[in-house]
Amino acid sequence: MRLTLRVWRQRDAGAEGAMATYTVDGALPDMSFLELLDTLNEDLLLRGEDPVAFDHDCREGICGACSMVINGEPHGPERTTACQLHLRSFRDGDTIDVEPWRAAAFPVVRDLVVDRSALDRIIQAGGYISVPTGSAPEAHATPVAKPDADRAFEHAECIGCGACVAACPNGSAMLFTSAKVNHLNVLPQGAPERETRVLGMVAAMDEEGFGGCTLAGECATACPKGIPLPSIAAMNREWLRAARRTAG
Amino acid sequence: MALVTKAGRPPSALRAAWRSTIGKKTVMAVSGLVMLGFLVAHVAGNLKVFFGSEEFNAYGHWLRTVGAPVLHHGWALWALRLVLLAAVAAHGVSAYQLSRRAARARPTGYVHRRARTGYATRTMRWGGVILLLFLVWHILDLTTGTAHPGGFEQGRPYQNVVDTFSTWYGNAVYLLAMGAVGLHVRHGLWSAAQTLGAGSPARDRALRAAADATALVLTAGFVSVPVAVMTGVVS
Ligand code: HEM
Ligand code: SF4
Ligand code: FES
Repeated sequence: MRLTLRVWRQRDAGAEGAMATYTVDGALPDMSFLELLDTLNEDLLLRGEDPVAFDHDCREGICGACSMVINGEPHGPERTTACQLHLRSFRDGDTIDVEPWRAAAFPVVRDLVVDRSALDRIIQAGGYISVPTGSAPEAHATPVAKPDADRAFEHAECIGCGACVAACPNGSAMLFTSAKVNHLNVLPQGAPERETRVLGMVAAMDEEGFGGCTLAGECATACPKGIPLPSIAAMNREWLRAARRTAG
Repeated sequence: MALVTKAGRPPSALRAAWRSTIGKKTVMAVSGLVMLGFLVAHVAGNLKVFFGSEEFNAYGHWLRTVGAPVLHHGWALWALRLVLLAAVAAHGVSAYQLSRRAARARPTGYVHRRARTGYATRTMRWGGVILLLFLVWHILDLTTGTAHPGGFEQGRPYQNVVDTFSTWYGNAVYLLAMGAVGLHVRHGLWSAAQTLGAGSPARDRALRAAADATALVLTAGFVSVPVAVMTGVVS
């Protein structure tokens, strides 16, 4: 396959960036999108140019590092991560635009790499449970109803990639935050901090400069893990409940 | 002195809620539902135009005498107006602040643009502004009579309505605004349900259907009046 890539190049956080055009020959349909970038970078290195900086780690769709907007869609045209996107989703001769996540809370570090520590700070504000350390507790000591376990697991799937923010027209982190809040708030282990968790995480989310939610639904369409849009309504319910309780 | 000072105290729960994006959305949802409740009553009242001028004008008169003799003439109507004014203000201020915040959250756009979200969702902000402008014109036209075509007569709303919808621009402005109301309610009602925590995967289809149906019935009801005047059914 012969593909033309238009990639966002930006030296560092303070520099002006621009799209640069490259052609990659000999790409194969079975290559992943990151392997396409590897191939491009090999070419660039041989030519003595700077390779394109991009985040990646597991390359198997579980770490959430590989952040890039491909043809206007976070993680590209398939519902998966960029590392699990294969070139068979494109046609020979295609021109593909690759850009970094765009949000004030995700400043560009270099090229396609953005700083997503704002998401970590939201987690720090309540995305944990207080448990005594020591040996593993007996598995049946705290019974969890099957539907609750399923709901918790569905939300635990969030890999913190930030595609939801990148997709949102308001740069909102509501889907991410709702995944973290719902994951812990439906479990008995998460009950002691149920109110402070949602209030703290939403406050942290607002403080990081993410936008508000208009229920546009772009986040859930972009999410590689299928976190559903109604999870936001579930978090709103938790937030309203916590706000009422702490007020009264 | 044992003075209680404000400084250093945590912000009150209400202030903290207003500062939150979810709090502002809650204000939008509640004020939007208040306005929607009014619109439903309004459209039902408008349909009385089909029962003739006497009944329609009597209905307008009743709006001013309702609550008597406990309330003075017009008090109930003014109470309603104050509630609606507060709702419009709360709704508009939250919408403005959230829109500014959204613009700040995405200072740099994407080079590769694509059509995003549905039409109703994309037009919430400008649609809302159109509704606000319409509201001002609508009040000047049919409540105060300041911008009314022909001789405005207090207490004769039937004739006033016929006058307005006998002009091409009266019809044009009104039909455009009613289209905007339909779109706004379509996304707004479903959206308010999510904001107030009523959304869930199992209920999603039902909520969307309810919002679509409400929007459709509302718009059809409002639109039927100018159409009736244009076709001579009401004259
Ligand atoms: C004064 C003119 C108006 C403006 C500027 C305005 C603007 C907006 C905006 C920007 C939103 C947020 C959209 C979103 O989050 O996706 C919204 C939502 C909403 N609007 Fe309006 N609007 C206006 C009038 C109305 C009216 C007359 C109604 C009554 C039918 C209404 C009902 C709603 C509802 C129910 C919502 C949903 C609240 C939520 O998202 O939870 N709005 N409006
Ligand atoms: S909710 Fe989905 S899109 Fe957002 S960070 Fe989690 S996995 Fe990524
Ligand atoms: S590199 Fe880990 S999810 Fe893509």
